[in-house]
Amino acid sequence: MLGTDNQGRDILSTIMHGARISLAIGFASVLLSVVLGVFLGLIAGYFGGRLDAVLMRIADVQLSFPAILIALLIDGVARVALSGDRHDQIAIPVLILSIGLSKWVDYARTVRGSTLVERNKEYVQAARVIGRKPLAILLRHVLPNVMGPVLVIATINIGVAIIIEATLSFLGVGVPATQPSLGTLIRVGNEFLYSGEWWITLFPGIALIVLVLSVNLLGDWLRDALNPKLR
Amino acid sequence: MILEVRNLRVEFPTRHGTLVAVDDVSFSLAPGEVLGVVGESGAGKSLTGMAVINLLEPPGRIASGEVRLAGRRIDNLDPDAMRRVRGREIGVVFQDPLTSLNPLYTVGDQLVETLLTHLPLTRAQARERSLSLLNEVGIPGAAARFDHYPHQFSGGMRQRVVIALAIAAEPKLIIADEPTTALDVSIQAQIIALLKRLAATRGTAIMLITHDMGVIAETSNRVAVMYAGRIVEIGPVRDVIHSPRHPYTIGLMGSIPKIAAGAERRRLAQIEGSMPRLNAIPPGCAFNPRCPRRFERCTRERPDRFAAGSGEAACWLHAAA
Amino acid sequence: MPLLRLHGVSRDFDVSRPWLNRVIEREPRRFLRAVDRVSFEVERGETLALVGESGCGKSTVARLIVGLYRPSEGRVEYGGRRMQMIFQDPYASLNPRWRVRDIVAEPIRVLQLEKNPSLIGDRVAALLRQVGLSPDDGEKYPHEFSGGQRQRISIARALAGEPDLLVCDEPTSALDVSVQAQILNLMRELQERLGLTYVFISHNLAVVSEIADRVGVMYLGRLVELAPAAALFSRPRHPYTRMLLDALPDLSMSGKARTPVGGEVPNPLAPPAGCAFHPRCPRAYERCRTERPLFEDAIACHAVHDALPGV
Repeated sequence: MLGTDNQGRDILSTIMHGARISLAIGFASVLLSVVLGVFLGLIAGYFGGRLDAVLMRIADVQLSFPAILIALLIDGVARVALSGDRHDQIAIPVLILSIGLSKWVDYARTVRGSTLVERNKEYVQAARVIGRKPLAILLRHVLPNVMGPVLVIATINIGVAIIIEATLSFLGVGVPATQPSLGTLIRVGNEFLYSGEWWITLFPGIALIVLVLSVNLLGDWLRDALNPKLR
Repeated sequence: MILEVRNLRVEFPTRHGTLVAVDDVSFSLAPGEVLGVVGESGAGKSLTGMAVINLLEPPGRIASGEVRLAGRRIDNLDPDAMRRVRGREIGVVFQDPLTSLNPLYTVGDQLVETLLTHLPLTRAQARERSLSLLNEVGIPGAAARFDHYPHQFSGGMRQRVVIALAIAAEPKLIIADEPTTALDVSIQAQIIALLKRLAATRGTAIMLITHDMGVIAETSNRVAVMYAGRIVEIGPVRDVIHSPRHPYTIGLMGSIPKIAAGAERRRLAQIEGSMPRLNAIPPGCAFNPRCPRRFERCTRERPDRFAAGSGEAACWLHAAA
Repeated sequence: MPLLRLHGVSRDFDVSRPWLNRVIEREPRRFLRAVDRVSFEVERGETLALVGESGCGKSTVARLIVGLYRPSEGRVEYGGRRMQMIFQDPYASLNPRWRVRDIVAEPIRVLQLEKNPSLIGDRVAALLRQVGLSPDDGEKYPHEFSGGQRQRISIARALAGEPDLLVCDEPTSALDVSVQAQILNLMRELQERLGLTYVFISHNLAVVSEIADRVGVMYLGRLVELAPAAALFSRPRHPYTRMLLDALPDLSMSGKARTPVGGEVPNPLAPPAGCAFHPRCPRAYERCRTERPLFEDAIACHAVHDALPGV
């Protein structure tokens, strides 16, 4: 319905497959960075001291590099370490890992800041008086109160992760051509722009935009739905 | 009368309808008099003070009524004119001295600026006047402190500076909103004494808004008791405190902890329930659901203010027969 | 045997500037002594109040008692089984994301006071009723309640832990006067009914007079006087206690002349030498400037110890 590409594949169905891959990579990498970032942010904020100082310095260093470069770095190392075939098999997990590791700092910083505030509130002190262990306090008391901004950032970052993946794939260092994501499709389609077959690149492009937009809107709704004060 | 407030009504339009935060409030203030406006949180006392100087936060607005300063209406002035009135004719003291002062300017600078804005003085004269103001409010070593920043003062000293700023342009009226609440008890006593002295020596009228009846007892000549946006009782302070007429005032006075001379530990009188939220004010008398002496009329008709003792009470119990 | 005993308890806080600044500017470490060798006992069933102005250390003592802080010096001896705490800010003392029934049930679960999970709900309902709320309130979230109601929830939570001792840090200071009366009455009722012991922290002497059996007065981290309530209010011995009582606004309007004591509480980082109160004390003399008075005979004051006239 949207035409066919250079190999005769139907564009609509390749877009659908590609979108699935893009979405999967986007979600998984964000999940990884959220879990890592939130956990580190919580312990940095709650325990403070040297742990906090060390973690924040690492975060600062990492922040001075653009996320794409970090993803590229990790991905590049993996490529070198593993030969062609092996690499293709685990290309997607490596991609998820690299994008995930590039973005944990966003969550860690906001969670650490919120944890510092919540830690001094009386309901946390009450939990300590009751005798709860620090881990339980972090997970059951502090976490629900610091997750708000995390959800917002996470949903925006799903879009960002998808775009990073698309960029990497567009550059040829992302997913292999056997399992094309939207980015790969855009790249492949790009080569045909000059021969007038604009649809091969445009439709995947539009699909990417629509995908990212819907994810962002979903995130806004989710954050409001989870806030008991707005019920 | 330096201040006359007639049928003042402050509303807050919201998505769910209009909330009336100050409902048909009237009172007046004579020169040199201290009127205490007392009430619990949500009673509308701060909003009344803010309405007088037209500093309501939008969407709050004065819906009806008048505010007259020395006979002249000020509730309908344009923003520029009102700004000139504020400071020159009405001084304001807020609760938190930390946020009332600009942290980036020295105390002396802030005083001089205020003076120059409102009075025709040279900078040298303004500086002179500022120093004497600092002395008057009891800041020791005023000359040295002149060039200090707000954060270099303690809480009580900062509040004195705020008071100095308020009286700088020699206003006829000062509105003080919880001026001692954030201060320790010993400092509170000092500030109370200062306010009283200023009223006496300068003839400044003071509208003192507070939830603390003790502060009112020490400073005020008359007191207005507010509940759910209305004045329920008003009169000379001694009478209202020692022989309150309105059941709310009676309950309030009974619930205030006092240091008993003997050690009899009586149960504090308590008023059941709590003050209604603005969107749930009952018909008739706003206090009626909690009133131990209510009767049928109280649930239907809102009472006017009737003479009671040497003051007035908005209560059907005092309606002339 | 007293239920609670503090022996020479002190607590220091490190308020030094960050390490890098200190190294560059060659500054020593700085410590704030928030509580300075405080000792007292609390008997079972009584209410001991600690009063003082801001910075006197009373809230820190509360936290030292329940173990939120560990003493830098001295020790806290507790002969009961459990203690709980009620806090000042009704808006921050309940987790906004938890339902009330979970908030109240938490101590029961953590301390395993009810082995049968299906009975926990009944306990919570009973506790809510005990503090004057309805069992249906358990389904709601904290923001649906007023300040006074939230304090009731806090009390219910504390009682859920079946404590022998309840430490109350300014529990009514953030409440309106009429609500305060309700909460104080409730606390007295509960004490009678359940045989609780209270340590009650407050800056408000009038509130303390309504609830305390004995009163301890603190100034700059030190305990300066400790006396039965009736005695403290009718015959205060320490000059600071007298000053505090004198500074109270006089509701009876007896018109007695009051001279507010001048000066302000000094910076706790640099307390005066000798007796901390001496710069503001009308009875200060040479000894007060150099020697810190020991807490003996329930008071820390040279003028009293030396039996000077006029005391």
